[in-house]
Amino acid sequence: MRTLLTGNYAVAEAVKLSRARVIAAYPITPQTTIVEKLAEMVEKKEIDAEFIRVESEHSALAAVYGSAVAGLRSFTATSSHGLLYMYEMVWWVANARVPLVMAVVTRTIGPPWNIHTDHTDLLTMRDSGWIISMAENVQEAFDLTVQGFRISEEAGLPFTVGMDAFQLSHTAEVVDLPSQQDVDAWLPERRQPYRIEPEDPVTVGCIGPNEYTAKLRCNMAREMEKAKELVNRVDEEFGKSFGRRYGGLVEEYRLEDADYAVVMTGAWSGDAKDAIDMLRKEKLRVGMLRLRYFRPFPQKELRKLLEEKEVLVVDRDFSMGHMGILGIEVSSAIGDITNVIAGIGGVDVGVDDFKMMFRKFADKKLRKIEWWPEEMFL
Amino acid sequence: MLTETMILSFGGQGGVTAARILALAAVSGGKYAQAIPHFGAERRGSLVRSYLRLSDKPIRRHSSIKKADLLAVFAEKILRIVDVNELLRDNRQIILNTKNEDIKNKTGVKCYCIDAAGIALNLNLVAAGWPIVNTAMTGAMARSLNLSIDSVVNAIKQTFSGKLAEVNAKAAEIAYREVRLCETF
Repeated sequence: MRTLLTGNYAVAEAVKLSRARVIAAYPITPQTTIVEKLAEMVEKKEIDAEFIRVESEHSALAAVYGSAVAGLRSFTATSSHGLLYMYEMVWWVANARVPLVMAVVTRTIGPPWNIHTDHTDLLTMRDSGWIISMAENVQEAFDLTVQGFRISEEAGLPFTVGMDAFQLSHTAEVVDLPSQQDVDAWLPERRQPYRIEPEDPVTVGCIGPNEYTAKLRCNMAREMEKAKELVNRVDEEFGKSFGRRYGGLVEEYRLEDADYAVVMTGAWSGDAKDAIDMLRKEKLRVGMLRLRYFRPFPQKELRKLLEEKEVLVVDRDFSMGHMGILGIEVSSAIGDITNVIAGIGGVDVGVDDFKMMFRKFADKKLRKIEWWPEEMFL
Repeated sequence: MLTETMILSFGGQGGVTAARILALAAVSGGKYAQAIPHFGAERRGSLVRSYLRLSDKPIRRHSSIKKADLLAVFAEKILRIVDVNELLRDNRQIILNTKNEDIKNKTGVKCYCIDAAGIALNLNLVAAGWPIVNTAMTGAMARSLNLSIDSVVNAIKQTFSGKLAEVNAKAAEIAYREVRLCETF
């Protein structure tokens, strides 16, 4: 069904259609309307789920950790300070190898208090062992949520769907909403490495020999490596059933014949694509590699697709004392890059900015690390 | 073709809902649409901007609109605090809620007038002491956006229910009929 939905409502619909059984969350802008909608669905009995109200984000993730290890498809959502408040549980869930899905509506970390998007909060999950995805538009946020349950349950790793505050969370766009029947046919029954049952007790997360931790992290690393193929396969299979394929870990946009390649992620990639089309008309051969997933990280794709191209990485985040976080990651795979830091704290960056930025890059007028727009940082 | 509209309203006047209603109307007609609320916290009584994009093709950009093709101004007072020329592209239009058809339009911009507050008051569409002007404004904007009044009425009926839907739909219909080009430039 073709309809108009905000990013937050689209994610709520995806959770409903994926037949999640337990939802726990603590409200925080700009995530709140996801779980508000889900609470309404539970209340109206449109979804056969339990909604657990908790007193903090730490408890929200702890609650779905419990329900997920007990064998129930579970979901939570948060943003920024909420994510930081639940950060300890982010690691408990990862190391417990428990499949569940969390939406992170990216929001700047304060102070100063700021509710607008940048990507720093999501990227704090980098080293934990979660699969980390990022949507470009409302449709993709929906699709990633449904795919997230399948990927998470097959990999035995938790899955996060990232999407930009307001630009996606509160913006209403056209969405093709599949039927319950079609989602049921595509999404298998929940599976997971183990579950806690009263008749068959196991202990999770207690103290053990050091080698136990080392083996666990190594197994997770191997599983994360295998998840690369899984993500690509799920993207293809989703495409067969629903007609939308994005390219798996990365999306290529006018990249093949490009001299200049831009690497970025999130909602503003759409603005950058419009800029690329305009510059192409001016004979500038620029293309994009959009990171759809940040973990597992697509080194192989980057090396192959960016070979012999000049690479600009556009970050909406920064690692103090170094460079943008995507900049660090992309350099680790392909070496020399130029890094623009823009949109920090939700500063609006649109088509005209990208047009000027990419033109300057081609003209070699950007510094190795360039804060955008230059005049703001004089 | 992409049409970008900016709605200037005071928080609580329903600018965001108006953008949504018009987006719904466009989508039901097979178009693509994007309704973007003012990014930020609740701002009752202060100036808010909402954005509406309509296109024949999927809309990829998500940034705010800096210069619009169409500017809808939900209260005449707003003209005292913003310079509309800064918010409009060249081939441009304003739709203004005003009861004063002789308004001295010094902006040089093509301006359509509608007494949206009067329409709302006549229909007893009042909440918290304010006339609800947003649905009348959607009717007035429909012509400039090439949307049929039927599609707008249907979108209103999807947004509200019962008696409220009927009255709001009526406000849009009246405004669609009564919107006029201001003669005094």
